[in-house]
Amino acid sequence: MSAPNRIAGHGRLSPSNAISFTFDGKRLDALEGDTLASALLANGIQLMGRSFKYHRPRGILAAGSEEPNALMDIARDNGRRQPNVRAGVQEVFDGMMAESQNRYPSLAFDVGAVNDGLGRFLPAGFYYKTFMWPRKAWDKLYEPIIRNAAGLGKTPVEADPDKYANRFSHTDILIVGAGAAGLQAALTAAKSGLQVVLADENPELGGSLLSDGDVRIGGKAGGDWARNVEAELRGMDNVTILTRTTAFGYYAQNMIALVERVSDHLANPDSGLVRERLWQIRAGRVIMATGAIERHLVFADNDRPGIMLASAGREFLHKYGVTPGQNIGVYTACDSAYNAAFDLKQAGVSIVAILDCRPNVDSELLSRANDLGIKVLTSHAVISTSGRLRVKSMQVRSIDGGKSEKYEIDCLLMSGGWTPSVHLFSQSRGKLAFDEDKGRFVPDIYMEDCASVGSCNGTDDMAAALAEAKEKTNEAIKLLGGKTSRAKALSVENACSMDGFLIGSADGAGPDDFVKAFVDFQNDVTAKDIRLAVREGFRSIEHVKRYTTTGMATDQGKMSNMHGLAIAAEMLGKDIPEVGLTTFRAPYTPVTFGTMVNHSRGELFDVTRRTPMHEGAVAKGAVFEDVGNWKRAWYFPQGGEDMHAAVNRECATTRKMAGMFDASTLGKIEVVGPDAVKFMNMMYTNPWDKLGVGRLRYGIMCREDGFIYDDGVVARMDKNRFHVTTTTGGAPRVLNMMEDYLQTEFPDWKVWLTSVSEQWAVIAVNGPKARAIIEPLVEGIDMSGDAFPHMSVREGKICGVPTRLMRMSFTGETGFEINVPANYGQAVWDAIWERGAPMGMGVYGTEAMHVMRAEKGYIIVGQDTDGTVTPHDAGLSWAIGKNKKDFVGIGGLRRPDLVAKGRRQLVGLRTRDGNIVLEEGAQIVENADVPIPIPMVGFVTSSYWSQCLGHSIALALVENGFERLGETVFIPMEDRTIAAEIVSPVFYDAKGGRVNG
Amino acid sequence: MLLIHCPYCEEDRPELEFHGAGEAHMERPKNMGDISPEDFEKFFFIRENRKGLVFERWRHLHGCGRFFNAARHSVSDKFICTYKAGEPKPELSDEQIAAVLPPAKGTPANEPIVSKGDAK
Repeated sequence: MSAPNRIAGHGRLSPSNAISFTFDGKRLDALEGDTLASALLANGIQLMGRSFKYHRPRGILAAGSEEPNALMDIARDNGRRQPNVRAGVQEVFDGMMAESQNRYPSLAFDVGAVNDGLGRFLPAGFYYKTFMWPRKAWDKLYEPIIRNAAGLGKTPVEADPDKYANRFSHTDILIVGAGAAGLQAALTAAKSGLQVVLADENPELGGSLLSDGDVRIGGKAGGDWARNVEAELRGMDNVTILTRTTAFGYYAQNMIALVERVSDHLANPDSGLVRERLWQIRAGRVIMATGAIERHLVFADNDRPGIMLASAGREFLHKYGVTPGQNIGVYTACDSAYNAAFDLKQAGVSIVAILDCRPNVDSELLSRANDLGIKVLTSHAVISTSGRLRVKSMQVRSIDGGKSEKYEIDCLLMSGGWTPSVHLFSQSRGKLAFDEDKGRFVPDIYMEDCASVGSCNGTDDMAAALAEAKEKTNEAIKLLGGKTSRAKALSVENACSMDGFLIGSADGAGPDDFVKAFVDFQNDVTAKDIRLAVREGFRSIEHVKRYTTTGMATDQGKMSNMHGLAIAAEMLGKDIPEVGLTTFRAPYTPVTFGTMVNHSRGELFDVTRRTPMHEGAVAKGAVFEDVGNWKRAWYFPQGGEDMHAAVNRECATTRKMAGMFDASTLGKIEVVGPDAVKFMNMMYTNPWDKLGVGRLRYGIMCREDGFIYDDGVVARMDKNRFHVTTTTGGAPRVLNMMEDYLQTEFPDWKVWLTSVSEQWAVIAVNGPKARAIIEPLVEGIDMSGDAFPHMSVREGKICGVPTRLMRMSFTGETGFEINVPANYGQAVWDAIWERGAPMGMGVYGTEAMHVMRAEKGYIIVGQDTDGTVTPHDAGLSWAIGKNKKDFVGIGGLRRPDLVAKGRRQLVGLRTRDGNIVLEEGAQIVENADVPIPIPMVGFVTSSYWSQCLGHSIALALVENGFERLGETVFIPMEDRTIAAEIVSPVFYDAKGGRVNG
Repeated sequence: MLLIHCPYCEEDRPELEFHGAGEAHMERPKNMGDISPEDFEKFFFIRENRKGLVFERWRHLHGCGRFFNAARHSVSDKFICTYKAGEPKPELSDEQIAAVLPPAKGTPANEPIVSKGDAK
């Protein structure tokens, strides 16, 4: 074992489980169970990254998920690479590749570090102030450079090959955090018989007990007690234990989102294992035992590698048997740092001195330090440090002034006290209260069914925390009807004191000191920056935060928020509660996109709807387009045709001979019941009383505001039965609107609505030969023109299959829409093809359908209308029942603005040069030769090349269009202005005789 | 994600199954055929949009399909009750309303800086 900082006989790892990994390409040894942070420290490596703005050398600061500095790029292979992983969270596996970030060309020598020297020119708000002018330089110069410099880590370039899972779950009690308080809560809850989930972000249960060599619970060493409790809990059926699982979001009504890191710690994960699992747990009661996070101290050059939290030093020793240095200084405002010093000293590490900024320190701590031979200086401060890539020395001075003294060190442990982890509580919209005596916010008013126990609730004393956990859990059990526990609270001995704190800047980093004392390490925000923001007029902490970016990095200011707040409050001359705290938001720690996206990618990204004849279209070489969730055959290229050629051919074949088309995606609703006619009269603008059984009618549906909502052909199958068709995309909203009126406005009407969109396959056969093609396949229907005229429906059989055969046309040719049960769609399609193809019939797709309908001036709702077009505007006044007393939209249509002159009306456009096809959406003006802005009088809604007419055609909404037939308008484009004549929207077969053929 | 009690299914179901459908108790005028523009405006455009206690419509779209009404507090997002379409607006007791109120102002956290000096 070559690791110089590994101390034999310490830690929970086994020396026999040696593994290796690489850091920046260099091979290093580690032990199974090491985090990347502990493994690097064991190897004597403190320099782990470069800071975001100044590119200052940075090392590990914390041992856990609050780490702001040591962010790494972790890779298993090229596809499995993740940037910005916190070194204290990533467990080392054999063969792991870790790389430092934000440095070029190397970690030790980084050209970006020039920013550090320029620090005085890069104050808070630098970007806002500097890149204001010249305006033109922004797009070409400033933005590209800033974007290039922005961001931390490299985005992986390959698709993520890993799988992620998603699980919904319900439980009676969810306990977040498995430290001493969480374990006590879990023990109590487990014995109630209720369902219990216990989640902890670490691999092992026990929290701070695992990094405390002194504490005893119930007479056992803390770590052993935790292990016993875990064994007991694992043996109980009603308890689920989730390790490596972070509760990152608290949502309404006790919905908690957690991410479980399933296989990131394994060297060779089974291919069936997911990488991460998203849990969405609805809990009857949530017990938050999320602990507290230690703060750093804000002093000059407090960011050199080797300067870290005291608790981290203790954790590295007790969990991993690693010392962060050999010559360690301790700078603290809190009792708990003494324990770190004592433990390291007892492990044989030299403790240079403990500097305590407090004048009065607990005498027991002082005497224990004395016994161990550790020098303690009270009322002292570290006023600066030196060492380029690693801390080498510190300057120490009495707070009362005087000369400073230099100490050689290779590590400095610091503690500014503890911040309760109220993130989840705050996300639950609970309100915090400020505890003046201890300089911290603690949970106050609860908005969800939850409780906080232990140090996240400000209950630092471990015995009190256990008692609290028991009491709050019993309350939860009682509310949920379980069996409460009467067991006595366990005894606690030798717990570490968490008393003492400092928030804000420490001695030597005050308003008059020109030093870099970091508040937020990840975003490189110093105490000076926060003061500057206040001096420049920012009064709200939310604004100070955004201007300086303090607390806005991926660590969300877990260590820095209280310092930033205290410095801002001091500058503002206000109390901390008056300044307020910024809002905590989910996620608590960064969550991968993989976990969020989960199964919803690739094929499973969204529902894909395919028609019953989809495979048939594939076999015919169709190119598909997405229409809503549907795959629709767009066109059928033959022999290397492009789309244009294919569409021209499909239109020509249909108009000359015949074409078949898959219209199955149309929405279909059956409206049935004694009041069906009354209901149809209400839903559609058209009158329905006189529509005979066996007849079809084109119907328009408006909203109450009078604008077109949907359209479609309606068949009256029976006196009380309508077969309603809707647009492809409109089916759900039309049914929803119908249900809404039926349920809430006309609940007494006897009408039933059923969606039958997927029950019917629809094959449209159009063209002069349409009848001849299908006639021999049809049974039980008189197909003669007199017996079965245009716009009628018959029931019978086709190819032996029951059909609702509709004679209608969306092309202007003789047309039939053959509805057959969906499962027969392909068979009937094939049979018609077999008969029709030798007679010259072709198949056409949605593009040809669009061209042919536009040639006839048939609108498409959503293309030629946009939610501001009335039936009158669309030239469909004839479809409004003149004698109707009521229908949805009748009131809206009477509104003054909807009947005033100047409405945009749907007309046809013919370009003066018939070869020019207009752009859909192009703006229309009356006169293009005037200075811009030119008043716009309308826009193009549909535009196509019409092969059968030999020129382009377009539909457009133009102001007063109906009165302007024959007038010329202009369509100004980037490179030219196009002249067009306003014409009737019916370009083809204006008399409409062909449908009757 | 909210849990919503469907008064028809008589079950608490996750929000995913429901669609919001706007303010409740907006009755469609009987005289739509000759409604005045003013009355139409009142019916179609004017909504209370209250910050506080709201009566709103939901549809149990991916469940029973029924529309129903709910009384909810729009700041705390908490439901007081749900009831079937067509039923009158419920009389809510002070206790029912108090139970869904967001926390009182004056608790310090998450509030912007306000002091007497800034109030001007």
